[in-house]
Amino acid sequence: MTHFSKALLLVAAFGLAACASPSRFDSIDDGANTAARDSNAIIPGSVNDPTSTAYFNQTIGDRVFFVVDQSTLTPQARGTLDAQAQWLMTNSDYLAVIEGHADEQGTREYNIALGARRANAVMEYLISKGVAPNRMKFISYGKERPVEVCSEEACYSKNRRAVTIISSTLTG
Amino acid sequence: MKTCLAALLTAVTLILSVQTAAAQDGPLRIEITEGVIEPMPYAVPAFVAEDSAAQAYAEELSRVVAADLTGTGLFREIPREAHISSISSFAAPVAFADWKAINAQALITGAVSAEGGRVVIKFRVWDVFAGQELGQGMQFASTPDGARRLAHKVADQVYARLTGEQPYFDSRVVFVSETGPKNERVKRLAIMDYDGANVQYLTSGNALVLAPRFSPDGGRVLYTSYETGAPQIHVLNVGDVQSRVMQPSEGMMSFAPRFSPDATTVIYSLTNGSNTDIWAMDIASTATRQLTSAPSIETAPSYAPDGSQIVFESDRSGTQQLYVMPAGGGEATRISFGEGRYGTPVWSPRGDLIAFTKQNAGRFHIGVMRTDGSEERLLTASFLDEGPTWAPNGRVLMFSRETQGAQGATTLYSVDISGRNLKRVRTPAGASDPSWGPLQ
Repeated sequence: MTHFSKALLLVAAFGLAACASPSRFDSIDDGANTAARDSNAIIPGSVNDPTSTAYFNQTIGDRVFFVVDQSTLTPQARGTLDAQAQWLMTNSDYLAVIEGHADEQGTREYNIALGARRANAVMEYLISKGVAPNRMKFISYGKERPVEVCSEEACYSKNRRAVTIISSTLTG
Repeated sequence: MKTCLAALLTAVTLILSVQTAAAQDGPLRIEITEGVIEPMPYAVPAFVAEDSAAQAYAEELSRVVAADLTGTGLFREIPREAHISSISSFAAPVAFADWKAINAQALITGAVSAEGGRVVIKFRVWDVFAGQELGQGMQFASTPDGARRLAHKVADQVYARLTGEQPYFDSRVVFVSETGPKNERVKRLAIMDYDGANVQYLTSGNALVLAPRFSPDGGRVLYTSYETGAPQIHVLNVGDVQSRVMQPSEGMMSFAPRFSPDATTVIYSLTNGSNTDIWAMDIASTATRQLTSAPSIETAPSYAPDGSQIVFESDRSGTQQLYVMPAGGGEATRISFGEGRYGTPVWSPRGDLIAFTKQNAGRFHIGVMRTDGSEERLLTASFLDEGPTWAPNGRVLMFSRETQGAQGATTLYSVDISGRNLKRVRTPAGASDPSWGPLQ
């Protein structure tokens, strides 16, 4: 199925009302989806829909992790980013903002710069895999937006991250 | 409000001329450079209320004066219960024997009047053992909403006379107020008196804000805001609380701004790709100039008080270290060589020292070193101390301390450059990133 016909299917399944919703990917419990299940189709927008944000975030993985004070991509990170790049190439209606983050062990300004290095490393890698630069931008939050709150390596290793946030140009 | 107050604050009025100092062994003086171990004992009896309206102020203002002085760690107040004499008239002669008996070396007497919507405070400082006035009596006046500042002005005079140093009590601090859990922090710019009183909020909390920095005259504040999505330098007028974005380069991240000592220039960090360098922007023309061009991270720049040099941090050697370069850019000299990582350098207003954050062996420290990197001294140690700012007299530092763990919270602390008198600055909520403004 071409990307274009998938997009058409998506629009058809949701109907006009769903298209107007700013969070259409979350609203999977309406009548349209019941109809979709009956016809044994993949629920559009669900984690099983390979064109969905949910699929990107959960199945491919929206984030990669870094070693302390480093912005080098680990082999595992490269694996995730290879899949992200392939997905972005397939789903060309999506834009990506890459957010760089650091753990709390560091001074505020330095961590903003370090988060930028990490986000930029991800962006450069995606570009090297063929994703158009004009579909992506990055920002750094330094240590300002931790996802885990403990002061141990178990949390720090989750906070030293770059997250690829995708959004569809079709959502409007 | 503040500008109105400033206009109303009358300049010093001499209320009494003292006889020319009779030959003395030397004025009562506490030398704070020599590492004071024993604080100087002093007494502040309740100020005299000279009219009924003044009763609402007299006691409170005398307590603010005492809190300022005792809070330095250089002076020890002799409690009221120990006083033998009280002061019922500002003009009456001082019973020195009664103050000597309780070993008060300095005595501060004061009186307040508050009729007609104008609060007037007058004070005298006495060298008890010499039986003489120290300096001359003075008075200050303001509208009622500025009354507390009058007490800071009195304490500043007392501090200056007893230490020979520039004072710092009548000053304000701009900082980031923090509420909410660690993973959902709401940060707002706020301003307060140096002792934590009179907190006012300057931003709403809708956008993440970081690291405010006062202009040299205290009238403006530079800060970093995520209001537009990406971090950008903003400038805010303290008087009318209006702010605007200073976009030095469209679409790029800018942060870590500071004013030059003459307030004509802003130095800051700009991120281009993976590289962060230091730039300068002329405020009037908005013309920008790149000051560093290394592939490493260069950030946290701070001018020397004469404007001739800039200290900053860079990881060009592989770890964060401190460097000094000419204000126009050019060759930088590394000044930090101890173990660990060094960041957030700030040049002292006296020009003699650079304060910094040091990270070593899993601990954070606030420290000071000479401007050539010699004589490094660590003043604090904790899980996370960060971001020192200098009191206007270069004798005290304020910084953020964050506690460990899921419930971790940030608070402000101050410490002497000797490492003594570490104490918490009370704020209504969490607080970080202090910037200490000038003496008003």
